[in-house]
Amino acid sequence: MNCIIIDDEATARAIIVQLCSNIKSLNVIADFSNAIQSIKFLNQNEVDLIFLDIHMPDFTGFDFIQTLKNPPKIILTTSDPQFAIEAFEYDCIVDYLVKPVLPPRFEKAIIKAQKTELNPAEPKIVKEKPTDTTGNVLYVNIDRRLIKIVISSIYLVEAKGDYILIKTDDKNYTVHSTLKKIADKLPESIFLKVHRSYIINVQKIIDIEDNSVLIKKDVIPVSRSNRPELMKRLNLL
Amino acid sequence: MEQPNLSYIHSMSGGDKAFEQKLIDIIKSEFPEEKATYYKNYKAGELKMTAENVHKLKHKISILGLEKSYDIAVAFEHNLLEGSTDLNENFESILNTITNYLTTL
Repeated sequence: MNCIIIDDEATARAIIVQLCSNIKSLNVIADFSNAIQSIKFLNQNEVDLIFLDIHMPDFTGFDFIQTLKNPPKIILTTSDPQFAIEAFEYDCIVDYLVKPVLPPRFEKAIIKAQKTELNPAEPKIVKEKPTDTTGNVLYVNIDRRLIKIVISSIYLVEAKGDYILIKTDDKNYTVHSTLKKIADKLPESIFLKVHRSYIINVQKIIDIEDNSVLIKKDVIPVSRSNRPELMKRLNLL
Repeated sequence: MEQPNLSYIHSMSGGDKAFEQKLIDIIKSEFPEEKATYYKNYKAGELKMTAENVHKLKHKISILGLEKSYDIAVAFEHNLLEGSTDLNENFESILNTITNYLTTL
């Protein structure tokens, strides 16, 4: 089995590499100090098993699993026994090792991984929301006038109290409405709520850094809970 | 106070001395960094981040066979997440013990 190790602690990675070296059927092909680095690798390589730490800064093991469309088998490695229950919610997690990992327990986990067959995940179908019968436009009420906005030109919607600020490629509009209401009118395949106050057009992202995205000249915070979905939407090389 | 030991490292090395030394070297390089980050965050009053640092240090405490100290670290991490710094002195004493021990390896 081709394996990778994801753990922000070098000591923990070295221990897992050593434990794997005692088992002939395991082949460690890479290790990573953070989960985001490994996403590109997973897109380019056949990986059968991931040893994954849960407790990592910024992007936890569970965040990472949610970004994977067809996750391989995963063995969690953690110092937190309290996450075991959450782990059972994921079919791809075959075992849960509490650090420090002892060789007999590790071997037991590998036997379990070898016996487990994963069902390939069904492709997730994103349902398009109806936009407008006249085309991809949205009408907003400003000063008793209905103003047409081309949906694809919207790059950001920001909540501002009882109002929302809609930013488009050429103009900004302040409208008496809520993020929830406009979210229902925008296509899910293009727009994503990345923070309780922001919806962004994913196609207009310039770059992503730590916990924020750059869209046009706006730096928008990305909340931890929304980050996995954002990562999933990116066409990572 | 209990003293660190290499029992765990021996138990998993299968007698591989090169691996034992490699792991000790990694711990000797990683531990001071984690300890420094812990003190920095603690002094800044960043209790949540301090708890993250304690969480990471916990693993090394257990690798070095400090079972009672591990329990203190678990309790201290929990206290920090609750906004309390109780057990801080006990925890820092563990860090000092490990620091001294690593100089002997």
